[in-house]
Amino acid sequence: MEPFTTLTAIAAPLLRDNIDTDAIIPSREMRSVTKTGLADGLFAGWRYSGVSSREPDPDFILNDPRFAPARILLSGANFGCGSSREHAVWALAEFGFRAIIAESFNPIFRGNCVNNGIVPVELGCDAIARIAASLGHWPANQQVTVDLQRCTVSTAQSDLWQFQIDDEAQEMLLGGMDAIELTLTRRDAIDRARAADRLRRPWIYLEQGREDSAKEQITN
Amino acid sequence: MEHSAGNLIEKETAPGNRAGRTLFDKIWTIHQAAEINSETDLILIDRVLLHERTGAIALKSLAAAGREVLAPSQVFVTMDHVVDTLPGRTDATSMPTGTDFIVATREFATRAGITLFDLGDPDQGIGHVISPELGIVLPGTTLVCPDSHTCSQGALGALAWGIGSTAAEHALATSTLRVKRPRTMRITIDSVLAAGVTAKDLALYLLHRFGSAGGAGHIVEYAGTAVTALDVEARLTLCNMATEFGAFSAIIAPDDKVFAFLKGRPYAPGDADWAAAIASWKELRSDEDATFDAEHRIDAAEVTPMVTWGISPQQAVPLDASIPHFADVAARDPRELYDRALAYMDLAPAKPMIGLPIDAAFIGSCTNSRISDLRRAAKILAGRKIAPGVTAICVPGSTRVREQAQDEGLDQIFLDAGFEWRESGCSMCFYAGGESFGHRQRVISSTNRNFESRQGPETRTHLASPETVAASAVMGAIADPRGFA
Repeated sequence: MEPFTTLTAIAAPLLRDNIDTDAIIPSREMRSVTKTGLADGLFAGWRYSGVSSREPDPDFILNDPRFAPARILLSGANFGCGSSREHAVWALAEFGFRAIIAESFNPIFRGNCVNNGIVPVELGCDAIARIAASLGHWPANQQVTVDLQRCTVSTAQSDLWQFQIDDEAQEMLLGGMDAIELTLTRRDAIDRARAADRLRRPWIYLEQGREDSAKEQITN
Repeated sequence: MEHSAGNLIEKETAPGNRAGRTLFDKIWTIHQAAEINSETDLILIDRVLLHERTGAIALKSLAAAGREVLAPSQVFVTMDHVVDTLPGRTDATSMPTGTDFIVATREFATRAGITLFDLGDPDQGIGHVISPELGIVLPGTTLVCPDSHTCSQGALGALAWGIGSTAAEHALATSTLRVKRPRTMRITIDSVLAAGVTAKDLALYLLHRFGSAGGAGHIVEYAGTAVTALDVEARLTLCNMATEFGAFSAIIAPDDKVFAFLKGRPYAPGDADWAAAIASWKELRSDEDATFDAEHRIDAAEVTPMVTWGISPQQAVPLDASIPHFADVAARDPRELYDRALAYMDLAPAKPMIGLPIDAAFIGSCTNSRISDLRRAAKILAGRKIAPGVTAICVPGSTRVREQAQDEGLDQIFLDAGFEWRESGCSMCFYAGGESFGHRQRVISSTNRNFESRQGPETRTHLASPETVAASAVMGAIADPRGFA
C-alpha cells in the first residue's frame, strides 16, 4: 500500500448526505472476482445518463472537466453507508481518489478506506461548506491540501482546519502498512490467547471433521 | 445528526471509573489478545462467515498472498448473494458473471479446508439465517462477515459485525482483528408492542426517530421488556437493521429463549459442554450499575406499523400517516435528500401511504425470511389472492426454512394466493445486473434498504414488515395488515 503523508490536489464537491455504497458502485458493476476494473462503474447510477448507458451525464460533478482530475472528494454525513462491499473503496481508489472529506463515515466503509490507503477525513459541516464554496472556477482555487502528519486540511485561500483520526489508522496510512503482516508479528500472543480461551470455552474450538458428524445429525 | 427528538443523554465516563460492566465490555475483555494502543485492541475472532459475493475475493486474495487460514474449522462459507432462486437452479445465474463467483468460492473454500454450504446442500441459505439456525453463532462469540447485516446475529448475545474483504482476509489469516473500541449505547424499549406491531416496525421506528446515523460509532444494546418479549427470530430482525442505524453493531443479552433456541443445533455445544456453556452465557448481561456512553428510552406502545416513503431507511413513517412535508423532517433530512427522495419515488407531500398502488411485493432477505415471518405472512394470505397485475415473490431465507414451510403447507398458501415460491438466497433484495423488478416499478418489500436502484433500475422500494407486504399484495396498494385478522 502506498504511504500517505501530504496530498495537494483538486477536490470535487459531492455534497449529499447518506451516500451509500450502492451509489458508489452499483452491484451490477461488480462483474469479476477481482479488486480491479471498477473505476468505470464508480457512481454509475449518477454519472451516466441512462441505466444501461455509458453516456456521461453532464450535470454530474465528475463529468465536469474542471473536476475530472480530482483526487479528493468532498461530501456530507454518513458517507459510505449501506453494503460492506469493499469494491466501493477499490473503485474510488482506482478512479484516483486518495482522500475523502466528509462530515461522518459509515464504520465499515471507513475501515475499508484505511485498508486501501484512502484517508477518511472528518470535518464539520461548516468547514465542508466553506471548502466547497472556495472551489471556484480557477484551477488554483480548487486545490485542497490534506496533511496526515499534522492532521490538517488547508485551502488555497489559507483556511486551515484540524481533524481527528485515531492513532492506529494514522499509523497504518502514514506507513502504507499491511495490517496482516503487522498482526502476524504478534503470532505468539495470539496463540497464547487462543490456548487460554480454549480451556475456558472449549466449545468455540470446533474440531475438524465436526462438520461430518453435524451433517449426520441432520440427516438422522 | 439531529438528536434533540431522542432524549439523548451523553455521559462523560472514563472506562476506569465504570463500576459495573456492560455486556459489550464482558465480551470484549475475554477476546483481548493484545493491546495495540490505548483505543485499539487485537481481538480474537471466534467465527468467520463468508459468502460468494465478497468472500470469494477474500479467499482468492489470501491464497495469492501465500497465506493460509489459521483456524479453518471456525470458518464457514455460504452461497446466497448471486445464486439464482428459481426452482431447479444450477451454477448458472441470471446475473451475467455470477457463476464466476460461485465457482471461485467453491474452489478456494475447498482449498482452504473450510466448511461450505453449497448449492444443493440442505443447510444452504442466507448467512445470517443459517448461522443461528446451525448454532454457528453463539452467545459471547465474536463473529465477523464481509457483509453489513452481520449485526443481525447480535440477537443471540454475540458480538457480530460486518467488515470489508481485506479485514476478512485479516481474520482468516490471524483469527483476530485490530478493532477500535466502539462507544456503548443502550436503547431500552419498555412496555409492550401493540398487537400487529412487529420487530421490523420497531426497527423502522428507531430509524425514523433517530436517523440513519443515530447509532454511529456505537455498539447498541437493545434492552427492556419489549425486547425480552421478542422471540429469537424477531430479535434477529431488530438487530439486522442496526447497520441502517450506522451502528458498529447491535446486541441483546442472551436469555433462556436463546439457550432453548440453540440446544441441539449442529454446531452448538454438545452435551459434554452444554452445562459449562450455559453457566458462562448467563454471565453475559450488563451489570445493574453499568453505565453507557449514550442511553435512549422508548415506550413500545408508541410504535405502530411503519413503512418507508423515500430513498433512505430513515425516511419512514407510520403506515397510516402521509408523506411528510419538508418542515416535518427538516431536523433530520437535508433539503437535497428530501427533494431527491420525492422526485425519485414520484411522490408528493401529504399523500397518504395507504392506498398507494404497487407493482410488486417481495418477502425475503436476512431481515424477514425466517419461518415465523413466513407464517405471519401466510396467515394474511390464506384464502386470499393477490391483486391482478402485481408480481409477488417469496424467497425463504434458508433451505431449512423452505423445507419447514413446505412441511407446514405454507408454500401452497403462497402459491394459491399468487406468490412465486423460490429457493433460498438473497434474491431481489438487491439488483446485481440479472433478475430485477422492472424500471421504475413500485415495490413493497420486507428487505432492509430502499436506496436508489437497489432492487432494479430506478425501482422504487417501500420497506415494511412481511405482514404489510402480504396485505399490500392482496390490495394492489399499500395496506394496513391489521385489517386482515
